[in-house]
Amino acid sequence: MGGSSRITRDQVRHVAALARLSFTAEEEKRLELELSAILSYVEKLNELDTASIEPTAQVGEAGTPFRDDQVTNQPDPEAMLANAPAREGRFFRVPRIIE
Amino acid sequence: MTAGYEAVIGLEVHAQLLTRSKLFCGCSTAFGAPANENVCPVCLGMPGVLPVLNRRAVELAVRVGLAAHCEIAQHSIFARKSYFYPDLPKGYQISQYELPVCRGGFIDLPADGGEAPQRVRLVRIHLEEDAGKNIHGAEASLVDFNRSGVPLLEIVSEPDIRSAPAAVSYLQELRALLLYLDASDVRMEEGSFRCDVNVSVRRAGSETLGVKAEIKNLNSFRFVEKAIGYEIARQIGELEAGRRVSQETMLFDPEREVTRPMRSKELAHDYRYFPEPDLPPLEIPGPLLEEIRVAMPELPAERRARYVTEGLSGYEAAVLTRDRGLADYYEATASGLRNRKSAANWVMTEVLRVVNETGRSLAKAVPSPAETGRLLAMVEGGTVSLNGAKNAFQAMCRTQQGAEATVAELGLTQVSDDAKIAEACDRVLAAEAQRVAEYRGGRDKLFGFFVGQVMKAMGGRANPRLVNEVLKRKLGEGA
Repeated sequence: MGGSSRITRDQVRHVAALARLSFTAEEEKRLELELSAILSYVEKLNELDTASIEPTAQVGEAGTPFRDDQVTNQPDPEAMLANAPAREGRFFRVPRIIE
Repeated sequence: MTAGYEAVIGLEVHAQLLTRSKLFCGCSTAFGAPANENVCPVCLGMPGVLPVLNRRAVELAVRVGLAAHCEIAQHSIFARKSYFYPDLPKGYQISQYELPVCRGGFIDLPADGGEAPQRVRLVRIHLEEDAGKNIHGAEASLVDFNRSGVPLLEIVSEPDIRSAPAAVSYLQELRALLLYLDASDVRMEEGSFRCDVNVSVRRAGSETLGVKAEIKNLNSFRFVEKAIGYEIARQIGELEAGRRVSQETMLFDPEREVTRPMRSKELAHDYRYFPEPDLPPLEIPGPLLEEIRVAMPELPAERRARYVTEGLSGYEAAVLTRDRGLADYYEATASGLRNRKSAANWVMTEVLRVVNETGRSLAKAVPSPAETGRLLAMVEGGTVSLNGAKNAFQAMCRTQQGAEATVAELGLTQVSDDAKIAEACDRVLAAEAQRVAEYRGGRDKLFGFFVGQVMKAMGGRANPRLVNEVLKRKLGEGA
């Protein structure tokens, strides 16, 4: 399979739509190539035989680190809103959402 | 429903878990705080932060799972559900997908008549975080992230429900369960209990499922019932007209009581789930599971069964246990009484009447159960009549005064003094010599008249049982 992985123009548009991004035809063409190249690179992993290996999403130690159910954060809305690209009073302001 | 059709209904309930802090950070979950008061870099999805799981949320999820007869997964995982929306600051929601914390299980709906309880099987129960809240304006939308990261339990039923009333019954049972378990406060008006409904219809007897519509975000039992009723009729109408039902996501319009398709249906449902790399698998070791199991409170079904063995009817037990607060109130009221059934009746009629009329919570609407118990003890002891107690109770609800003081103040104390009652009876019988003769001649029906006259003579405060006894004796004497 190596190197043969292809992302189609439609897949680029689908992923872009999911992320609410819009691209020019030029950009779509470029992304098609770049995403295909990335996939081909990662596909190298498929050369390994993983038939006898459990799917692993985590390599941390066993056991779940829990927190106790305590309120430990002091409210600081000014600091939290400081990085907002746009704000209105105590709210984060975003372009109007329809439904 | 139109003959020849059957509705197939499955419910997805989101219940907010009753924790002090959020699912993955130490922000408060308090309702009604000013916008963006309870937020931090974790629940705002700032780069570089890491979620740490709230132990209490896990314990509550397991509690609910045990109560619903689920299989509790000793090993489950969190997953990222990716979608783009301004109220979701990370661009994904941490949820569970492939390996939820609870699988299978069921909820039995209490039977109204004598028939067997209806069983609704569950697919799964899983943990996830809530999103923020959008306020839509004309030019911009505003986002408040106080809810972002609040722990939710998603409870998914199999499509075992066949009618709108059965769906409501399921939700009521689930609500009671969550309240008994202290797992959620189930405040629908505050959004801590919301419901999505999947509805399809098919020809009766058919085993294949019809095309379903999903109705999103219903937040009252009444809306659930109306929305399902409307949707069933709409789908049958489509089929009868020879059209097909299309798979759609609908919203319920409570003003017009109709469902309508969401406008944003072009929004692709492509959530690209994958295991959350920031959280290790959720391990629930045996000892922790056992600890939670041991701490389980008595559940509604168990309480219902106990009430029935204590002499209440199935109906009474069902009404009282629907709400844990009401059941607790009943038990505390009945604790000092000989007759539990009279306490049950009192709670179901007098107490619920005041609660319904005032629209206030149990704690605020009526006297404490101890005080109500004292009032009922006075009825049992003959100090006050049942009707007198009803008047006293109304007054107690207004004044917060104690039972004894209220009964005395309103002059409701019942006369149980034999001598006084005998004297009044003598007076009445002397004044009604003609009727006494008729009674003794066989007009038994006059007995009630004499009782009435004696009660009247005593200002309605005589103990009716004693009046009956004394009159019987006196009328018998001269016969």
